[in-house]
Amino acid sequence: MTTELYTGAEMVVKALAALKVKYIFGYPGGSVLDIYDAIFNQDEVEHILVRHEQAATHMADGYTRATGEVGVVLATSGPGATNCVTGIATAYMDSIPMVVLAGQVATSLIGDDAFQETDIVGCSRPIVKHSFSCRKLEDIPNIISKAFYLANSGRPGPVVVELPKDMLIPQNKGEFHIDTEIKLRSYNPSVKGHPKQIKKAVKTIKSAERLVVYTGGGIVLADASEQLTELVERLNAPCTNTLMGLGGISGVHPNFIGMLGMHGSLEANKAMANADVILALGARFDDRVTNNVSKFCPNATIIHVDIDPTSISKTINAHIPIVGLVDTVIEQLMAELDDSDYQQNEQALESWWQQIEGWRSQKSISYKADGDKIKPQQVIESMYEITKGEAYVCSDVGQHQMFAAQYYPFAKPRQWINSGGLGTMGFGLPAAMGVKVAFPDSHVICVTGDGSIQMNIQELSTCLQYNLPVVIVSLNNRSLGMVRQWQDMIYGGRHSSSYMESLPDFIKLAESYGHVGIQINHVSELEEKMTEAFSIRNRLVFVDVLVDETEHVYPMQVRHGAVDDMWIRKGERA
Amino acid sequence: MRRILAILLENEPGSLSRIVGLFSQRAFNIESLTVAPTDDQSLSRITITTSGDDRVLEQIIKQVNKLIDVIKVTDLTERSHVERELLLVKLLAMNDKSRTEVKRITDIFRGAIIDIGKQVYTVQITGDADKLDAFISAVANETEIVEVVRSGTVGIARGEKALRV
Repeated sequence: MTTELYTGAEMVVKALAALKVKYIFGYPGGSVLDIYDAIFNQDEVEHILVRHEQAATHMADGYTRATGEVGVVLATSGPGATNCVTGIATAYMDSIPMVVLAGQVATSLIGDDAFQETDIVGCSRPIVKHSFSCRKLEDIPNIISKAFYLANSGRPGPVVVELPKDMLIPQNKGEFHIDTEIKLRSYNPSVKGHPKQIKKAVKTIKSAERLVVYTGGGIVLADASEQLTELVERLNAPCTNTLMGLGGISGVHPNFIGMLGMHGSLEANKAMANADVILALGARFDDRVTNNVSKFCPNATIIHVDIDPTSISKTINAHIPIVGLVDTVIEQLMAELDDSDYQQNEQALESWWQQIEGWRSQKSISYKADGDKIKPQQVIESMYEITKGEAYVCSDVGQHQMFAAQYYPFAKPRQWINSGGLGTMGFGLPAAMGVKVAFPDSHVICVTGDGSIQMNIQELSTCLQYNLPVVIVSLNNRSLGMVRQWQDMIYGGRHSSSYMESLPDFIKLAESYGHVGIQINHVSELEEKMTEAFSIRNRLVFVDVLVDETEHVYPMQVRHGAVDDMWIRKGERA
Repeated sequence: MRRILAILLENEPGSLSRIVGLFSQRAFNIESLTVAPTDDQSLSRITITTSGDDRVLEQIIKQVNKLIDVIKVTDLTERSHVERELLLVKLLAMNDKSRTEVKRITDIFRGAIIDIGKQVYTVQITGDADKLDAFISAVANETEIVEVVRSGTVGIARGEKALRV
């Protein structure tokens, strides 16, 4: 019997199929044409052609955030690969597993400044979890398998695989062998928390009088939302989520006190500042949460659970560090609570909740409606009502992102998809497209603005080709709202380059791409037209809503202040 | 505070650039860095001399450990250890006086003159970084230094403790 021989390109596609990949998001070019040929000759893996490689990375990213499955990107060498850089960095900052297959010129040409040659491994080095460059074609399947394993284990992240052209061409063939179970001597991410630390943590929780559970994207990534909810209910503790952690506990759960941080709720930030114990789960004390680190919760004992040891005590010193998978650690904490006859200090808990209700009653997440101009918050509320809170909401970056986070309570994890860490404008539309690929029957919304949407608007074409009827809700304020807000607050109202002149007619633009456009200009027509937009299920709808351009996002932390030093409304400081 | 980190990592293309990149990316300091394969050719050993307070050092060690290629990291300065650096220095030796002085100082520092030219001596000294500094300043008083090359510090723990896979 003779063993079958495969080209490197065939091995790439065969390996992806063996790893149960359903979709590749990509764009062809010279160095990867052999892979495209191999894709053409099979039907296990479907390729989705974007209009710009950056969108392929965001699309894969959105697909992953919604499903938990590793997204795959394919790009050619040189500009194809460098166009992926922003998307790789976006995934890296939010710990999203992703495998980027990048073409490269033939090994004999590497280093010669050959046509479309870029050192993509070098370019992407600071923004990947790891990268591989293939030098032997028989290695391709296991390099790809390792890339998947690394991307999706421990603290997840993007992995780049560079494939030189001579590894892929039909002239070179080899045997195909793939290990789907990977072991690496240099990589053993922790799973369980150290039992001693668990005991210490529970002892501290038991002595707490003002406990806050502060959770981040780790809960979403680890699918630990059930465990979190159980723990929060067990302790009857207030729970706050970071921007990345929204949906970790239901946004309508009575113990949920809102998002914390720069545009978080007053009650969340106040609770943090007044807590005696903070239980941080899968969150990393980002600067958009802590505000001034030297003033951050000086009286709290901090228990920090994270899969990544570098996240612990990086910005804020943790008194009880626990390294492990957050779902496993929560289960360990609950088991230890059982074993140690945990009894609640009812009196302390009651007075703590009373304090929190006091802050809550100040209704920091609120706005004044206007009879004429549409408030951006109203649009999000309308979106929430029409979709009954069940839509996937993919956001771009800016004021609309904060309004969506504040006014659309997410009942489930993975429903809220945004670029929290890197803050990548142009993320929203391709991310929504990736979600729509995975969940064609669900409402998938791209909340965006007139600035962000233009950063990847070419993808309207991809939406038509693959029938991806997302609903784009653009809060059009004719300016870069968040930039403008900062200019209003910090730069004496000098709107330097934050005004979008010569905006296109978005309705005609959507129509020219073969989609439906709906214009909303007045409060009176908001509900009716939004309802209409969401009733169209088989075509992409671009809703252009003219909103009040003077609206600012509140509440907002005062610069360099403590975590709870906030402007609640214009001119009203907490 | 000055620290010496010993890192054992996969001897793969690009491993070194990941270490160097990490230090520059996160604004960690590198005073010296040496790298070479070990007795096991699949492994490289890097010695990095760095500085920072306890907090910075903790981050450095964690961040280095996080790199996929890295197998082990240890702070040699945490406990008793031996450290050495090699210095090669080319000195002007144009007359009897400077030749005698260079020879005398080299002997005191237990170094060796390893090459001579018409007008220069090349001296080799090993020791810790302090000793090398002291040699350079001693010899600079007697003659002109033409060229200096230092290997950077390498180190190893005292006693039974070993950094192995």
